[in-house]
Amino acid sequence: MSEMEIVLNGEPRRVPGPATLLDLLAHLGLDPRTVVVELNREIVRRPRLGETALAQGDAVELVHFVGGG
Amino acid sequence: MSNILAGAEPALDTPLAIGGRSFRSRLMVGTGKYRDNAEMVRAIEASGAEIVTVAVRRVDLDRTRDQGILYHLSADQYFLLANTAGCYTADEAIRYARLAREAGFNEFVKLEVIGDRETLLPDTEGLLAAARELVRDGCKVLAYTNDDLITALRLEQAGCAAVMPLASPIGSGLGLLNPYGIRTIKRRLSVPVIVDAGVGTASDACVTMEQGVDGILMNTALAEARDPVAMAWAMRWAVDAGRLAYLAGRMPRREVAVPSSPERGMLS
Repeated sequence: MSEMEIVLNGEPRRVPGPATLLDLLAHLGLDPRTVVVELNREIVRRPRLGETALAQGDAVELVHFVGGG
Repeated sequence: MSNILAGAEPALDTPLAIGGRSFRSRLMVGTGKYRDNAEMVRAIEASGAEIVTVAVRRVDLDRTRDQGILYHLSADQYFLLANTAGCYTADEAIRYARLAREAGFNEFVKLEVIGDRETLLPDTEGLLAAARELVRDGCKVLAYTNDDLITALRLEQAGCAAVMPLASPIGSGLGLLNPYGIRTIKRRLSVPVIVDAGVGTASDACVTMEQGVDGILMNTALAEARDPVAMAWAMRWAVDAGRLAYLAGRMPRREVAVPSSPERGMLS
């Protein structure tokens, strides 16, 4: 499998590709139910993660809830 | 221990309604800055709070396992209120609020748009802009604001589900600095007024509730107490005590003494 470079949570990162966002989460060991995904500043809803392809240079943000006031 | 109040409450108080939801507890708590997660969970349980605030942050890709708050706190047990803490512009706050909503728990957001790093006081212009946009989006907005009546009125007009004026700056523990301002906001608004930030100890919470506000949100007062669980109990009782004292209606203040025992029947 080849690789591509994306910007993941602000850091350049090489990930296996071609891949969907769901593949990326699996690669990172993340449960899709516990994170929210933004691709190039647009939220990708959970049902669409498996049909949304990653491309070289994409900016991906993975967020979740942490302690806060 | 809490049964005395729990027994008295239903007859004396009504549930707190925010954005079409109903809550028994008028105390809301944050989940930040605790020394450890187990202590946080016990303190939140002790507080009796139903609404618990959380922040939206990047997943730490190096150690994801126990980073998320939901590994410690059950989303079935609490009403999760996401905040936009750390946001300094309306656009940034809107982005965080949308991400929070996408997490899928509810449409509520505690909107913060901060204007100054030293005081963390709100940027009221950005706050109003973000509130209007998020209300258009269908969010139930609880807006963290200062103790200014005009901003509070505008937030209500913008369609906010609740307005959250501060007692004093976030994390300061200075207590209620402007009781007049908070009373005025409460008197003039129809939506719930929840005092957010600045409460340091139980007496602060009690005095704040005595102003007639609908509830209090606090975090640091519990997290930084020497014993957060004990402080959570203290705050729970203080909020109940202040609320009941407000509903009971206090006696008038007088500049002179009035004897409590009969003046007649004294020996000659």
